[in-house]
Amino acid sequence: MKLHEYQAKEIFARYGIEVPRAILASTPEEARDATRELGGQAVVKAQVHAGGRGQAGGIKVARSPEEAEETARDYIGRNLVTRQTDAQGVPINSVLIEELADIKKELYVAFTIDRGFRGPVMIVSASGGMDIEEVAATSPEDIHTEPIEPVLGLMPYQTRRVVSRLGLEGGQARPAAQVLAALYRIFTENDCSLVEINPLIITGDDRVVALDAKLDVEDDSLFRHSDLRDLRDRSQEDALEARASDMEIAYVNLDGSVGCLVNGAGLAMATLDVTNAAGAAPANFLDVGGGADDEKVASAVSIILSDPKVDRVLVNVFGGILRCDIAARGIVLAFERLNSELPLIVRMLGTNVDEGKEILGASSLNVTFADTLTEAAAAIRQAV
Amino acid sequence: MGILLDENSRILVQGITGREGSFHARAGMAYGTNVVAGVTPGRGGQMFEETVPVFDSVEEAVAETGANVSLIFVPPPFAPDAVVEAADAGMPLIACITEGVPVQDMAKVARYLERRPEVRLIGPNCPGMINPGAHCKVGIMPGNIHMPGRVGVVSRSGTLTYEAVQQLTNLGIGQSSCVGIGGDPIIGTSFAEILRLYNEDPDTDLIVFIGEIGGSMEQEAAAYIKESVTKPVCTLIVGATAPPGKRMGHAGAIITGDSARAEAKIAAMREAGAHIVPTPADIGSTAEAVLAGMS
Repeated sequence: MKLHEYQAKEIFARYGIEVPRAILASTPEEARDATRELGGQAVVKAQVHAGGRGQAGGIKVARSPEEAEETARDYIGRNLVTRQTDAQGVPINSVLIEELADIKKELYVAFTIDRGFRGPVMIVSASGGMDIEEVAATSPEDIHTEPIEPVLGLMPYQTRRVVSRLGLEGGQARPAAQVLAALYRIFTENDCSLVEINPLIITGDDRVVALDAKLDVEDDSLFRHSDLRDLRDRSQEDALEARASDMEIAYVNLDGSVGCLVNGAGLAMATLDVTNAAGAAPANFLDVGGGADDEKVASAVSIILSDPKVDRVLVNVFGGILRCDIAARGIVLAFERLNSELPLIVRMLGTNVDEGKEILGASSLNVTFADTLTEAAAAIRQAV
Repeated sequence: MGILLDENSRILVQGITGREGSFHARAGMAYGTNVVAGVTPGRGGQMFEETVPVFDSVEEAVAETGANVSLIFVPPPFAPDAVVEAADAGMPLIACITEGVPVQDMAKVARYLERRPEVRLIGPNCPGMINPGAHCKVGIMPGNIHMPGRVGVVSRSGTLTYEAVQQLTNLGIGQSSCVGIGGDPIIGTSFAEILRLYNEDPDTDLIVFIGEIGGSMEQEAAAYIKESVTKPVCTLIVGATAPPGKRMGHAGAIITGDSARAEAKIAAMREAGAHIVPTPADIGSTAEAVLAGMS
């Protein structure tokens, strides 16, 4: 789950990391007043769940309250397209009005989980303010990675080492070390999959300030972070994906036209690959999960059917915990409720497969059965 | 023979009185698995299905029954505790089925397990493992699709493993063992470790390897194949159509860099000399062709 910059900065401030003075505005007038309050000049920052805002024109300096108002009027209500979003972009519902910073040095700092190391790592670079993936590609020697033993946590010598690698000396070193330690506490105590500050700046008077803030919370840990769960902004998510996640259905919206319903993540990925190999394109990834009942299957099918780009539906169910008759009942429920006449290709296998096929066969649905993935691929080709 | 499980495997089910634990314990017993004990704290003294004693702790269960494999069905908040409890009791083999264990918890559990080299954890977020020849099923896979034989299957996932097994069985190709190592970013046992076990198993002739996008465990496996594996490996990597940055069901199936992409993994496997399975529909036929070339 992603947080907005302003939400992440509130958490930063609670942990003692200095952030610029800022006011959240959701109307142009609020943006104007906020800029006036900050002294007449400010940075207007679009609040969206996507990186690359700067290059995409989502961050602008306003030299007067009126200029901030104008920028906010341009931003609020439209979508921002960045290199991290799809072509539609994500809606800007609010802007963060932030005081101008006196930047002497820009650094990059992040904590994430490294799968190879099987634990947290701190990633730092003295080349802050740039796209870190680009730095990694062009000058990897400018990036330092510090593995952290998860049981010990971040040790003081590690922060000293990193601070020295960043070339920080004298009065800059101690506050920088404090920021790193606080950021690691944020990372662990909030079960983050990523916290990132880019840039972390050194100001003219040697203060260390988080100019930006990115914080992703690991979905699997949300059961113990009800406070963070409340920070979710559904407007930033794909509408169908948000609907699916409410029903605990793993769903990813894709570009094609073949709606896919599968049980199991691996088989669902395989089903997308089979669809592609058949010369068609999948409209979505969907893993309905093992413990689904007919209503949950019906909800999953409804999501697929409410996607306007879907022109046929492929079901691939390997009956085990999810029985084929239950899947079939759910499918029929959804098609009948939505009066859908879309062609349906069904490949079912395993527990109660005969009952499942019987239920589908007796329904009014336009069903083609396939016994194997090869047959399913052929049926996808013929279906439209 | 197969790997991990055999006729001497004595199974303990942690969470045996829960909905999933009881269902799969029963299915395992119906398959012929020797389920000797269950553990649910607070339920010690009960009997499961009138034949399997339930204990309050793994330590007691091991002392009383000699259980040597633990199968864990415990909700995510309690799964790390269950894994470490089993390891602490000296359980040599643990399969954790639970999906949704927080990754930072698993990072700590993984560090603890490094101090216990005699303990092997499979999972979490996995279907478990099965040895059809020994009638031993430790997991959630449907037993009836398997047949005893000489092909070893290893995968990260559940239903895709069943798909692979079904394709093999349909062609009359049996399995020595099947192992699902789990779809999470941090898991107990890597692909390379399972490859080593299959390579050393005298009753496995060929290995079917099913990887997916995310991380670089497939590349490590490819390096191991190139360096050490003498048996043919048929490899399928799924997720070529997945967009970057999106979690494809499994917590670990997310493209975060070029090496996490399917193409990079397929290239590494091809370079290591593995037989590439062209599409998920061709798992069985690829294995069949390679086996035909061997005889």
